[in-house]
Amino acid sequence: MAAIKLHDVTKRYADGTEAVKQMNLEIDDGEFMILVGPSGCGKSTALRMIAGLEDISDGELTIGDRVVNNLSPRDRDIAMVFQNYALYPHMTVRENMGFALKLAKVPQDEIDKKVEEAARILDLSAHLDRKPANLSGGQRQRVAMGRAIVRDPQAFLMDEPLSNLDAKLRVQMRTEVSRLQRSLSTTTVYVTHDQTEAMTLGDRVAVMRSGVLQQVDTPRVLYRSPVNIFVAGFIGSPAMNFFAATISDGTLKLPFAEAPAPSGLDDEGDVIVGIRPEDFEDARFAPDHPGGVTFQAPVEVVESMGSEIYAYFSFQGGEVSSDELAELARDSGIAETPGAAAGLAVARLSPESDVREGQRARLWFDGAKLHLFNPATGANLRQDSGDQAIAAKATQEAVQAETKKPGDDDEEPGETESPPRDGEEPGETRSPPRHGEEPGETEPPPRDRGKDE
Amino acid sequence: MLWTAGIVAVVFYAMIPVVWLISLSLKTPATVGDKKFVPQDLTLENYTTLFEGGFDSPLLRPLITSVAIAIIATTIAVTLASFTAYAIARLDFPGKALILAGALAIAMFPPISVVGPLFDMWRTLGLYDTYPGLIIPYLTFALPLAIYTLVAFFREIPWELEQAAQVDGATPWQAFTKIILPLAAPGVFTAAILVFIFAWNDFVFAATLTSSDSSRTVPAAMAFFQGESQFTAPTGNIAAAAVLVTIPIIIFVLIFQRRIVAGLTAGAVKG
Repeated sequence: MAAIKLHDVTKRYADGTEAVKQMNLEIDDGEFMILVGPSGCGKSTALRMIAGLEDISDGELTIGDRVVNNLSPRDRDIAMVFQNYALYPHMTVRENMGFALKLAKVPQDEIDKKVEEAARILDLSAHLDRKPANLSGGQRQRVAMGRAIVRDPQAFLMDEPLSNLDAKLRVQMRTEVSRLQRSLSTTTVYVTHDQTEAMTLGDRVAVMRSGVLQQVDTPRVLYRSPVNIFVAGFIGSPAMNFFAATISDGTLKLPFAEAPAPSGLDDEGDVIVGIRPEDFEDARFAPDHPGGVTFQAPVEVVESMGSEIYAYFSFQGGEVSSDELAELARDSGIAETPGAAAGLAVARLSPESDVREGQRARLWFDGAKLHLFNPATGANLRQDSGDQAIAAKATQEAVQAETKKPGDDDEEPGETESPPRDGEEPGETRSPPRHGEEPGETEPPPRDRGKDE
Repeated sequence: MLWTAGIVAVVFYAMIPVVWLISLSLKTPATVGDKKFVPQDLTLENYTTLFEGGFDSPLLRPLITSVAIAIIATTIAVTLASFTAYAIARLDFPGKALILAGALAIAMFPPISVVGPLFDMWRTLGLYDTYPGLIIPYLTFALPLAIYTLVAFFREIPWELEQAAQVDGATPWQAFTKIILPLAAPGVFTAAILVFIFAWNDFVFAATLTSSDSSRTVPAAMAFFQGESQFTAPTGNIAAAAVLVTIPIIIFVLIFQRRIVAGLTAGAVKG
């Protein structure tokens, strides 16, 4: 086990395009780090550079205390789980799992012991002598995990390992992966495009966009204090609503309401306001909260999920368009959901609410939980909007979040709306449910560019 | 039903000459010209005379030569072609397109047009009437064939498998021999069969570039069969030799056909 450090790591292709730009990331020993971002953001490339499958154009990569830039994959002592598992089809499960040990010239009886131990952990004992072709998708996935486990490597690298599973299995395996990682406490770098996986699995999550690291922090901090509009829109589901607004004379003018401008903000003029769906409420059920603002809006679509209601209300003249959001919409398929239609915002309401489609409803939002972004740079204007002030070097350029030991975040407990913090029971944790789709139902992700030329 | 009828028709069409050949090989010299499909007097004499005299018999030595040359040519061609094909399928290097195009161009070259110059060259170089004298031109024509076949197979193998092997600690050579080659086995055998058949069946080079039994292969040797007398054609003997020379090919194909199992890579990836 070892820490992995990326220092200014850059991947530049022959044609000059940069897939990963000066990435700085320190992954602690035993940490579960998630690289997340839309397809083509460079997360897979970054992972493959750590694995040694992709050359590092610039910068320095260390695993443990060794600089591994020029080491071939086999000398890096890392294990990788591929998106398509890459099991050796001509070998049995046993041979697949023992292959690395055999190459390392481990004595056969020790190989057998380790393989059987891993098979027991992964519930594969009955299938050891079968070939991959005769296994189900979930079993293949477990064999791929087993192949990594038996080696007891410095680090696990996982490239969207769950994206080929169906929705139910994916949730199940997510728990499994989380449990395994915790029991083995092997440093793990896990690439995914699925923010639900990112939020539930990671000790820390690194959000990437266009090859640039946006923010690295615990899921909780990412959710509460996104460093810019991209992270804000990417993390959380349904996604945060964005409105163009102006601040003047201490008043924040939203398209549908006016609120007192948040304190500690000297700027006047245009801002982008982000409001998470759960920070809305039916005015009747609104908590008695200073800073709450009540407004009226026409409700276009109501989706009742049983435990909550999603109400899409329309507003005029405050649509936000930015490259970041356009990219998000394209990638996540949000463009197909009602909320993406220009001028619609989604509010998560109490299941008791009786809002009706086509009627005006009295809604409420929590003025204390607004996220404000600079319309030009997309940077969060209130880095302290969470309960923890992160160094706000929020530009669109590389953001290097300070390295924090996982689990030592000091938020006050008991806030149910926020995403899970680490240390909760794995598997029971759930991030805000993704609207309209099971976490696993998303289509298999488009492969990252540069991966399959 | 229509399919069955079609298959029967095609098999019938293809088999008639073979059956005719077998029929001829079983006829006596007297009845060989009787135009009857079923031989009247069955005899194995045509076969036995081919091997009369042991090593100096008309067929034994050429048969050994044929087998040896075909196997040597096949081995070399498949080995070289698998390296080449692997490089072409996996690596990006300058001149890759040129190599493929060149190989294709050579494969399309009519053998008859190079045989004349080769004759002169081989005489000068001392390759005339030797094993290498045949193996080299066979390689020239068989390699493109083998390379093309193998490139197609290598391309089918997911690259991740090799990367997984690398991460598992395999050297490039180990990844090639333990992962790629076993998976490309159907392709390797297909290429082997094609090359073997090409070398085995060749007549043009064998007839032109050899002059004695020391390197004459069966197809060439058959042309030098002599009848019992000056006035009888060795029809029966030629037919018998033709039947015999087909047998190794059939065995070869039957053995390797089992290995050419489609879908060997099934289950490598999600599937």
